Amino acid sequence: MTYKPSDFRGKVAIVGAIDAVSPTGVLGISERDLEVQMVKGALDNAGLKVSDVDGLFGTGMMMPTMELAEHMGITPRYTDSTMTGGSSFEVHVQHAALAIAAGMCEVAVVYFASTPRARGKGLGDMSAMMGMMDPKNPMPMVEWEVPYGNLMPSGAYSLAASRHMALYGTTSEQLAQIAVSTRDWASKNPNARHQDPITVQDVLDSPMVATPLRRLDCCLVTDGAGAVVLTSAERAKDLKQKPVYVLGAGTAHDHSMMISEMPDICTTPGVISGREAFSMAGVTPNDVDVVETYDSFTITVALALEDLGFCEKGEAGAFVADGRLGPGGALPTNTNGGGLSYTHPGMYGMFLLVEAARQVSGQAADRQVDDVNIAVAHGCGGVLSCTSTLILGTEDAL
Amino acid sequence: MSRMLMGTSQVAEPFWKGTEEKILRVQFCKDCGKAHHYPRNFCPHCHGENLEWKDASGEGTIYAITVCHKPGLPTMAASVPYAVALVDLAEGPRMMTNIVGLEDVHTAKVGDKVKVAWEDAGSGKNLPVFEIA
Ligand SMILES: [Zn+2]
Repeated sequence: MTYKPSDFRGKVAIVGAIDAVSPTGVLGISERDLEVQMVKGALDNAGLKVSDVDGLFGTGMMMPTMELAEHMGITPRYTDSTMTGGSSFEVHVQHAALAIAAGMCEVAVVYFASTPRARGKGLGDMSAMMGMMDPKNPMPMVEWEVPYGNLMPSGAYSLAASRHMALYGTTSEQLAQIAVSTRDWASKNPNARHQDPITVQDVLDSPMVATPLRRLDCCLVTDGAGAVVLTSAERAKDLKQKPVYVLGAGTAHDHSMMISEMPDICTTPGVISGREAFSMAGVTPNDVDVVETYDSFTITVALALEDLGFCEKGEAGAFVADGRLGPGGALPTNTNGGGLSYTHPGMYGMFLLVEAARQVSGQAADRQVDDVNIAVAHGCGGVLSCTSTLILGTEDAL
Repeated sequence: MSRMLMGTSQVAEPFWKGTEEKILRVQFCKDCGKAHHYPRNFCPHCHGENLEWKDASGEGTIYAITVCHKPGLPTMAASVPYAVALVDLAEGPRMMTNIVGLEDVHTAKVGDKVKVAWEDAGSGKNLPVFEIA
């Protein structure tokens, strides 16, 4: 017999979530120690112990899950260090849900820690890549994009924004509203890096980075860490938190780090990952109460809203312009303050998961949205390259 | 602008050889007839391996464009602000490039017709860039 994705709808739940973020942007703890803290903290949030863990999912250099498992004395019978950039953690949840549903593990932890501030480096430093390169067989990106000096990653997103504006009349003011609404959420989050409200004019007055994107259209660079715990729906019922069921999941990619290879720069693979996730969950965007979607840049949010079906292609500018994404708006989005104002340690996907889980399980403190039944966590890794969409819900949504 | 290549691949040797004479070359597939860029040992459209190099017209259209106000490469720090674009070649393939020769770097826009120009990239090679046609 063959299975279809909907056979796995609601079979597995997120049962614990934690993150570590500082308003200073700096955590002052090593990545390894943060990973340990997050794994233990997420398990504690769930009411489980390290000795319960038999599935481990994470990212890092070389053999990351093996290194952390060795360090903590965990012996997983399922391990996965899939790397799709910022969407890796949504992919990990998809994989963990299938592994648990198949009985290949029972308690899975997805973890992440990154301290770019401690390393003293921003994104886009190409020197490490150059050093590893064979000059006779360079990576295609090094041969065909790097010589033109595009600012990475912001220049790649700016190219997308330029075409979206040219084709659909999207304005800088409309994109700025995304940053404004996100900041309004951050003002309710005492851990957010930036909590003071901003205006559309503030965004327009911020320094140009790569036209048409300005400083306040771009995500932060902060330290940050987090983890979530998943287990079977049966076991989830006996744990500390309200289970956050994985109703749907989908992943797709259509290029890697070369923006020149993206088939249509205004349409992300979110069209595919979203279609798969909504189809598996048996719900539509109209059923969604909260959206946590990758906001490396304001344009990233605009494209995701279109590609997931919250509005038509080309209409995101008008869709967000009334403040719909902010507190009290019709579509609460990036309720922790997002990568734009809360935290962004190079890869942001973990924080989408943690916030979605908190909103669905009622742990979102002052920013809790009322009556959340269904949340979307939508990661986007690379340069609009790999999207992974999760539909999460309460018991009532099953 | 100060130009530097950080490596050229064996499969692209005819491309870079062409730049010595300021000729833009593109790979075509003899099986499906389509052109592609960047160069590969097979056709990314049909995965056939029956390829040939042809001289391109050097004409294209701006598909997307940005002006970098901070340098993406240390060697280009003195050149900011400069325009980075994706250009659709008349032959079909899309490539990243710079739009040069603009009095005001912000004036080039999506849909503008462009033609190839060349900047010295060292060792006799030239880097294909584009200017408004
Ligand atoms: Zn072909």
